[in-house]
Amino acid sequence: MFSGDQIATLLEELGVTHVVTVPDSTIGPWQEAIDRRGHTRVVRVCREGEAWQVAAGLHLGGKTPLVLIQCTGLFESGDALRNALHDWKLPIFSIIGYRSYLNQDTLPGDTCLVFTEPVLDAWRIDYKLITLPSQFGVIAEHYATCRASARPGAIVIGEGKA
Amino acid sequence: MSAKDAIIAVHGARGQDDIVVTTMSPARDWMTLAQQPLDLVLVPSAMGHATSIGLGLALAQPERCVIVCNGDGSMLMNLGSLVSIAAARATNLVVLVFDNGVYEVTGAQPIPSPGAIDFVAIARGSGFASVFEFSNIDAWRGDIERVLKAQGPVLALLHVEPMLGIPGPRSPGPAAERARRFSASLKK
Repeated sequence: MFSGDQIATLLEELGVTHVVTVPDSTIGPWQEAIDRRGHTRVVRVCREGEAWQVAAGLHLGGKTPLVLIQCTGLFESGDALRNALHDWKLPIFSIIGYRSYLNQDTLPGDTCLVFTEPVLDAWRIDYKLITLPSQFGVIAEHYATCRASARPGAIVIGEGKA
Repeated sequence: MSAKDAIIAVHGARGQDDIVVTTMSPARDWMTLAQQPLDLVLVPSAMGHATSIGLGLALAQPERCVIVCNGDGSMLMNLGSLVSIAAARATNLVVLVFDNGVYEVTGAQPIPSPGAIDFVAIARGSGFASVFEFSNIDAWRGDIERVLKAQGPVLALLHVEPMLGIPGPRSPGPAAERARRFSASLKK
């Protein structure tokens, strides 16, 4: 839906210093453009729970991190985000790929469609769902809203179609 | 070696600008010592994530040494973080693994394969630049400054005796307020 260059430019405009990430086939290709642009450092971790806690350390240390993972990784990382966002109340922003949302033929019956949004609600993460390229501006708007109120938030991007 | 003696040595050797992150049993013992603004007592914590918080701090504060005092059970919960630390070239990060073979704070149940896990080999194989192992308090006291100044990332495995029947750490205060104070201290 969005190119790596679009995302890399946006991250720079938003002042994001580090992207902490585990790739999937949609968000993974963005890494090359982010690296090439050189403003935002890509921190590659082995599992998504790490991503929230590395971002927590970066935030405590004065940086502006963003977590970039797929919804499957969101499911994996509940304890880590609970601790960072709710115990320590760190306003970490995330972009989460929503597997199969736009093309349910690839993985028929993919339960990501059942659980992603209820899990986000359960973790009390204020998210906006993006399903069209024309919604690109929503990312910056929601990021700014969450930053202004010092609370965590997420953008959930429908995956499955170019 | 006594875990308390081992952590007292860390307390004495840390520099005034160093960040010290503690969790689980090491946090409990650390809190019995004089506290400093750059201490981050990670209670409450997420399971096994002290090394990940430490990585974030190390990347954010590259001019400071970041010392993470971790347990062996916690280390097992987040072994992949050793690869992430090495991949990120966190040269200012020191991971101390207090290896007592048990989940001490839950009542000393054994970790999987106690005594058989080679954390030194795992750290070396993950790409850590410097790896150490200590079983004797005099050796640890004698070498701790060398460990803290070694080319990072550094891992030191400390074989310590479990302390049985002692409650786990309690939070020293509201986490969010402590987070604000800690971050403010890093800006001074």
